[in-house]
Amino acid sequence: MTRAVYIVDGARTPFLKARGKPGPFTPVDLAVQCGRPLLLRQDFPKDAIDLVILGCVSVIADEMNPARVASLRLGLSEEIPAFTTQINCGSGMQSIDTAFRYIERGTAEIVLAGGTEALSHSPLVLRRGAVDWFARLNGAKTAGDRLKALSGLRPDFLKPVIGLERGLTDPITELNMGQTAEVLAHLFHIERRDADAYAAESHRRVARAQADGTFADEVVPAVSRDGGAFDRDDGVRPDSDAKALAKLRPAFERPWGKVTAGNSSQITDGASWTILASEEAVAKYGLKPIARILDSEWGALDPSIMGLGPVVSAAPLLKRGGLSLDDIDLWELNEAFAAQVLACLRALEDETVCRKVLGFDGALGTIAQDRLNVDGGAIALGHPVGTSGNRITLHLANALRRRGKRRGIATECIGGGQGGAMLLEAA
Amino acid sequence: MGRMLDALADRTLELGPTRHVEREGNWRAARDGEGLFWLVLDRPDKSVNVIDRAVLEELDALLDRIEAEKPAGVVLRSAKPSGFAAGADINQFVALPHDEILAMLRDGHRVFDRLAALPRCVAVIHGHCLGGGLELALACRHRIAIQGAGLGFPEVMLGFHPGLGGTFRATGVADPIEAMTLMLNGKTLQARQAKRIGLVDAVTEERHVHDAVLAAVHGELRTTSGSFQSRALQFRPARTLAAARMRKSVAEKAPREHYPAPYRLIDLWEAHGGNAKAMQAGEIDSFVDLIATDTSRNLVRVFFLREAMKGLRKGRSGVRHVHVIGAGAMGGEIAAWAAKQGFDVTLEDIALAPIGKAIRSAGKMLAATLKDPLLVRDALDRLVPDPGGLGVRHADIVIEAAPERIELKRQIYAKVEPKLKPGALLATNTSAIPLPDLAEGLADPSRLVGLHFFNPVSRMQLIEVVGHDRIDPETERRATAFATELGKLPAPVASAPGFLVNRALTPYLAEAMILLEEGIPKERIDDRAERFGMPMGPVELADQVGLDIALEVSTSLRERLGPVFPEVPDRLRRMVADKRLGRKTGSGLYEWDSDGKPRKMRVDALPDESKDDPDLLDRLILPMLNAVVACLREGVVASEDIADGAMIFGTGFAPFRGGPIAYARTRGIGEIVRRLEALQAVHGERFRPDPGWQSLG
Repeated sequence: MTRAVYIVDGARTPFLKARGKPGPFTPVDLAVQCGRPLLLRQDFPKDAIDLVILGCVSVIADEMNPARVASLRLGLSEEIPAFTTQINCGSGMQSIDTAFRYIERGTAEIVLAGGTEALSHSPLVLRRGAVDWFARLNGAKTAGDRLKALSGLRPDFLKPVIGLERGLTDPITELNMGQTAEVLAHLFHIERRDADAYAAESHRRVARAQADGTFADEVVPAVSRDGGAFDRDDGVRPDSDAKALAKLRPAFERPWGKVTAGNSSQITDGASWTILASEEAVAKYGLKPIARILDSEWGALDPSIMGLGPVVSAAPLLKRGGLSLDDIDLWELNEAFAAQVLACLRALEDETVCRKVLGFDGALGTIAQDRLNVDGGAIALGHPVGTSGNRITLHLANALRRRGKRRGIATECIGGGQGGAMLLEAA
Repeated sequence: MGRMLDALADRTLELGPTRHVEREGNWRAARDGEGLFWLVLDRPDKSVNVIDRAVLEELDALLDRIEAEKPAGVVLRSAKPSGFAAGADINQFVALPHDEILAMLRDGHRVFDRLAALPRCVAVIHGHCLGGGLELALACRHRIAIQGAGLGFPEVMLGFHPGLGGTFRATGVADPIEAMTLMLNGKTLQARQAKRIGLVDAVTEERHVHDAVLAAVHGELRTTSGSFQSRALQFRPARTLAAARMRKSVAEKAPREHYPAPYRLIDLWEAHGGNAKAMQAGEIDSFVDLIATDTSRNLVRVFFLREAMKGLRKGRSGVRHVHVIGAGAMGGEIAAWAAKQGFDVTLEDIALAPIGKAIRSAGKMLAATLKDPLLVRDALDRLVPDPGGLGVRHADIVIEAAPERIELKRQIYAKVEPKLKPGALLATNTSAIPLPDLAEGLADPSRLVGLHFFNPVSRMQLIEVVGHDRIDPETERRATAFATELGKLPAPVASAPGFLVNRALTPYLAEAMILLEEGIPKERIDDRAERFGMPMGPVELADQVGLDIALEVSTSLRERLGPVFPEVPDRLRRMVADKRLGRKTGSGLYEWDSDGKPRKMRVDALPDESKDDPDLLDRLILPMLNAVVACLREGVVASEDIADGAMIFGTGFAPFRGGPIAYARTRGIGEIVRRLEALQAVHGERFRPDPGWQSLG
């Protein structure tokens, strides 16, 4: 027996661009800022929540298992279990999927499932040589040993490794995420100008959505301890056009690379929570579902082409549901890189890919621009990695309702060569 | 706390074998398998221990037993989760004749001396350990403090100093200078600080009490031996030097003529420091003197006024969630304070920016008051910015702290009232608008109540709880309980212009303006008031409050109450028109430094020919008294005690004078009325004695 599972509400903080120093909020701070107003607007009592799941990639040392820390800081009962999910850029969607399965199975009725990330708080890491040197120094017993250990200090030990840089590098292939997008641009013949045009459109769409109130219920304000008040995403540049973007130098592979800071997602802090509920909980508390979760899928492929994760995770959903591209009214395909989004679109139009890899009879077809990332995406908003999967799922639910559409898929590529996808139906 | 920890709660305190023995009187006593004799103080039917005659008499008898049994060691502690002991029972020695106090003290000292003679006696101190409680602990050979304990001597705040051996034992075991400072400032030390100065021998967690006690009994605790400094202080010249410094620093806060206790304590230590016997005798003599002073009598009265105001609470408020509307200075501080006290708080404003400012100030206030960063974090987590007003429907009380415009407040109520949950209270922080006018138009006026906080909320202890003709008594009861749950002191008042405190304070400020017009230097006016014992002179206070606010309150009170209120001088209006508003604009009656201090000329540097008025002080103080009497007569405030308490805790009215009415009674009602009549003859109607004086006489 499987039970119907609904997304009944959700909210996120404004997405705050990392500006070269730690931002005002830690990962858990963000989750608390986001969760407090969200919980205040619910019609069920706090103790009706059975489980808290939070995605987070870069956990800081003071907040191990951020889900539990956030849950307690939100004033939820200490008797509610909480755990953190980590699958890189899919962490915030993994939390929803896990919640979905718990409820479907009947072991939970209401679950708080979120994602949080403060990339601006990524740690500076000591070099391996420096760590060894500290260990030798600590282990030195006699003054002579200590002096000997001390003399092993090298100047470059003091040069820290930027944790974020390492985090965005695939450990198997040593390719930076931007480089994997370069690989896709090559394999699917993505031109720089197409990538820039896509990026400009993302900014335009987000700016429009901010202006017309699309995000009104989705974004809740955050206030930092030093009095900073944040009520909107701050990475959007409405004046960004393809011409301006064309002037930027490649960010990862100079001089001929196609991926620039302008046509990539931004490094950003932000949190998002969704509330999932069973049919019974909906009836019991009179909740108003936004969307029903129909299905979910995770797929994987070579880490060097991780950007195709959406293709290998979304296609099985279509197949299992007997759906064609026409049946999917809206797509949220996370914009890690413009070239990577465009490569995914081309892959679905690609006979070879669809036949040989996805097991369809022929090319799946084209996703129309007016169905894809209709309110912009991570290029303009930013991509707090543990949060984005949660944001796009929540936003898909809201967009389906707002536009009166029926079905949608939220999907993202995941560093390390994976992809996740959720199939939603408006409730 | 979750159910698991709740279920295990009564295992927390290590009580040795006494957990299972019957209480005899105030004590539980038993020997454990290791030969330790456990003496556990556990006053029946009370949640806190205090030291009183019965406690000491029973201890005396228990000491007989201990001396006979010769146990391997003695453990002395409290069974109350709240702490060791809150002090000696003041009720037992106030108003006693000199000889009886003396006899009681000598008896107490005899018992404590017996305790001090036990060789292996360990006091285990958790929670608060104050005054007589700390003196009991100091009479034990060793002291082990549990993390989180607070140790202090609050006696000076009651106008005396420790009297059960605290003066010589504290300076004997701890660093003498630090011990003196502790007794002089009345503050509480945390366990770690107490260890640092040598007041306790060790600090540990409750879970290690058993092992720590054994270590103490077996002499394994490293006690800090006297430093070079404390050895030097055994010589009189060194003490004389240190005493001079102490006198100077005390004089900055408490002049000798009003607060003799700290000076007597310094004299005592200077004369006998290091000589326990002599200091003990001196302590008893000077304690008996001090307790008979007017200052002490009045400060003890203030202590009981505080207890009486706390005692106005009947039952619980039932409030968990507080919603505050208006993130201006007052609203922001009220919200922050409520979060500090453990309430869930939502703070609403039409804009996000002022909420941001309020959160920043809250962070500073919480860091300064809570000290512990984890507690600060938790309090800030409970304080939720709420521009959308989501908190209203969850709130058990909504506190409106919007600007003082009746239409605006009514608009807010119209929006909020339909969303309130059943039983929620609607409170207003208005200081000027009559409650009946605000009740007008409410669907349910019976739940409206005034909660008038004072600025700064974190320091001012008073809340005026303002009623009106249509209030439900249950609303009043719950609002009063809520005020005490905020850790504040409630003063129930009727809705009358200015309520009590502003009505009484305004003539004081207004008269200062008139004195200024007459050409008396502002420094002289302030100095006279401060020497009387006001915490701040009226001219500085006007600047501090803001001249615009002072003008507004003054004008509205005169409109409503007539010529008993003085006319506002034109100069004040001109200054307000010129935006010279006082501290907040950097310039007012004084010029203000960037660190928020007024630039004042020293009074002794004022020119000899500068103007003065022999009536100056009475002109400032008597109208304040007159207004309080009018409030009593009109029933704005129900009793003299509450009126005095409200003025002390709401304005800082010289506590050692016991409050305005107590002061009037000390000078004599007839004398005050005659003075007012004389001033009326010279200066006019504003000094006309209120008819209420007759019923006080």
